Amino acid sequence: MKSLGSIRKDFAPWNDSNAKPYIQFEQVTKKFGDFTAVNNLSLTIFEREFFALLGASGCGKSTLLRMLAGFEEPTSGRILLDGQNLAGIPPYRRPVNMMFQSYALFPHMTVEKNIAFGLKQEGMPAPEIEKRVAEMLKLVKLEAFAKRKPHQLSGGQRQRVALARSVAKRPKVLLLDEPLGALDKKLREETQFELMDLQQQLGLTFVVVTHDQEEAMTMADRIAIMDKGEVMQVATPAEVYEAPASRFVASFVGNVNIFEGKVIERTAQGAQLAGANGVQILVENAGDAVAGAEVAFAIRPEKIRVSSKRPADAANAMEGLVYDIAYLGDMTVYHVKLDNGQIVRASAMNATRTTDDPLTWDDRAWISFRPDAGVVLTR
Amino acid sequence: MSPTWTRFNIVSVTLGFAFLYLPIVLLVIFSFNASKLVTVWGGFSTRWYVSLFQNQGLMDAAWVTIRVGLISATVATVLGTLGALALVRYTRFRGRVLFSGMIFAPLVMPDVITGLSLLLLFVAIDLDRGFATVTLAHITFTMCFVAVVVQSRLLTFDRSLEEAAMDLGAPPVRTFFQITLPVIAPAIISGWMLAFTLSLDDLVVASFTSGPGATTLPMKIYSQVRLGVTPEINAACTILIGLVTAGVIIASIVNKRREVQRLRDEQAAQRG
Repeated sequence: MKSLGSIRKDFAPWNDSNAKPYIQFEQVTKKFGDFTAVNNLSLTIFEREFFALLGASGCGKSTLLRMLAGFEEPTSGRILLDGQNLAGIPPYRRPVNMMFQSYALFPHMTVEKNIAFGLKQEGMPAPEIEKRVAEMLKLVKLEAFAKRKPHQLSGGQRQRVALARSVAKRPKVLLLDEPLGALDKKLREETQFELMDLQQQLGLTFVVVTHDQEEAMTMADRIAIMDKGEVMQVATPAEVYEAPASRFVASFVGNVNIFEGKVIERTAQGAQLAGANGVQILVENAGDAVAGAEVAFAIRPEKIRVSSKRPADAANAMEGLVYDIAYLGDMTVYHVKLDNGQIVRASAMNATRTTDDPLTWDDRAWISFRPDAGVVLTR
Repeated sequence: MSPTWTRFNIVSVTLGFAFLYLPIVLLVIFSFNASKLVTVWGGFSTRWYVSLFQNQGLMDAAWVTIRVGLISATVATVLGTLGALALVRYTRFRGRVLFSGMIFAPLVMPDVITGLSLLLLFVAIDLDRGFATVTLAHITFTMCFVAVVVQSRLLTFDRSLEEAAMDLGAPPVRTFFQITLPVIAPAIISGWMLAFTLSLDDLVVASFTSGPGATTLPMKIYSQVRLGVTPEINAACTILIGLVTAGVIIASIVNKRREVQRLRDEQAAQRG
C-alpha cells in the first residue's frame, strides 16, 4: 500500500486508540471583550510529541499557548494536563515552562543567574542549582558566556539562553512562542534541527507556535492549522501537505493550484470532474464527494509536468502558454496560462544539467498530471 | 554641519550664555568679596564662608531643608511609583482617566494655589504647622513628578519579563521585587533625585505650610534678602551652585561611561 512520508519511526500515538492524551483542550473558548480569539476549540496532544500550532497572526494560536501557560484563563471549556484540570492554577504553579518570542531574559542578571532563576524559585539547594546550570550551559554550548549579561550576547546566543532557562526546571511541557522568529534565515535552519535533537534528548513534550510553515513542517510531529480561533486540520506534515482537509489548508501550506469544478461522475475508485471552460479532470480518491457536488481539485506545482507536446500516456492534460519562468537553480517554476485563462504553477526539479525539451516564454505548452497527483476538496 | 563661526553666530552665542550665566557668575564673584558692601569689590576673601558656617540660623535652615528633602523625596518616590504602576498596569479600572488627570494636575498647578490649599487643609484639620506640614506638602507636590518619570519607564517595560518570572515559578510579589523593581530602578532613582531637588529649592509651598522652627533654607535666604543682600547669602548660594553642578557632572559622567561600556559589550557580542 502507498503511504505518505513520515519522520519519526514508530511514533504515532494519535493513531492508537489506547494512547493516553497528555494535553487536552476541551471546547475551549476565549473572548477578549467582543473579540473571540479562540472559538470552541478541542485538541489533543500526546506525551513526547512535538506539536506545532500554525496560523497567520491573530488566528488565536498565541492565545492558546498563553492559556496553557496560565497567563489567560479560558472564557469557557477546560484544559487538562496529564488528566489534571488547569483551571485556576496560576502560571507559577503550572508544570509547564515557556520560551518567549522576545526571549524575556532578565537584563540585570547574568546568563547563569537567568538560568538559575526558576530553580531558585523551587527552593533547590545551591550545589544542585550550580550543577544543573552547568549542565544547561553545556547543552546549549554557552559555557564560556556564563558571566555575561544578556545585552552582551548576540541574538542567537540570547535565544539559547532563553531555551536553557525554560528547560532548566525540566517542565512536563515546553511551550515555544515563535522560538526562531528573531533569528536570521541561516541560523534559523540550524536551530530548527537543534531544537528537534533537544526534544528527543530530553524526552519533553513541545508545543510550538509559529507562523512559518516551513518551520512547522520541519520540526513538528503534528501540525494544527488554525484560522479565526478554530482548528482547520490537525495532521502530520505530510498529511497536511498531501491530503489537506480544505481549500484553506491547501492554500495556506505551500503552493497549490486549485481548479473549482463539479463532480460529473463517480466511479468505484475516483471521479470525473468538470471545471470551468471545458476542463476535464480524472481523479482517484475523490473522498466523499458525490456526483453533482461542487468541489475543488487541488494539485501541488511539483506534481504537474510541463512539456512542449501532449504526453501520450497522460490521463489529464491541458494546453496553454508559458507565461513566466523562474529558474531557481535546484528547480524551475513555470507559470502556464491555460486556454481557459487560469494560470497554473508547475515546478520541475532540475535533476540533470541540461534538458531535452527546452521551453521559453510564450511557447505553447502542455501541463499533465496523474489521476492520483491531486486531491478533491469538498470544503 | 560646517564648523565656520560667522560673526552673527559668535554674537548670539555670547549673548545667550551671558544672559544665562552672568547673574550666577556675579553672585559667585561677590561671594569672595572682602567688602561688606555687596556691589563694591573690596578684594578677595573667604571670610563670608567662615561666617556662613558660624551663622546658626542659616545652618539650622539648611539642616531642616535637607531633612525635609530626604524624607519627602523618599515617601514621594514610593507613592509616585505605586501611582505610576496603577496607572500603567490596571488600564481598565473605573475612573482611570480622572485619576490620571488628577495625579498630573499639580504639575501645572501654580505653587501659590498648591501652597494655599494645603495651608487651608492643615488649618481645617487643626494640624500645627511646622516640620511635619512642610514635609507633607512637599510629598504632595513632588509625588506627581516621580509618577511621570516612572510611568514613562513603565510604558516601555517589556511585560513578558514578568510573565517569564512567573512562568519560572515566582509569585507576583517576588516577581515585583526581583524583576520589575531592579529593571525600573534607574527611573525610580531619577524620580527620587528630581523630587529631592524640587523640595530643596521650593520657596512658595514651604512659605505657606511651614511654621515656627521649620524654616527651610530658601525661606531663610529670602527673608534675609529682604533686609538687604549680605555676602553670606552669596556664599551660601555659591555652595549650593557648586553642589548642584558637581551632582550634574558626576551623573552625566556615570551615564556616559555606562553607555560607552554597553556599546563596547554589544560590539564584542556581535563579534563573538
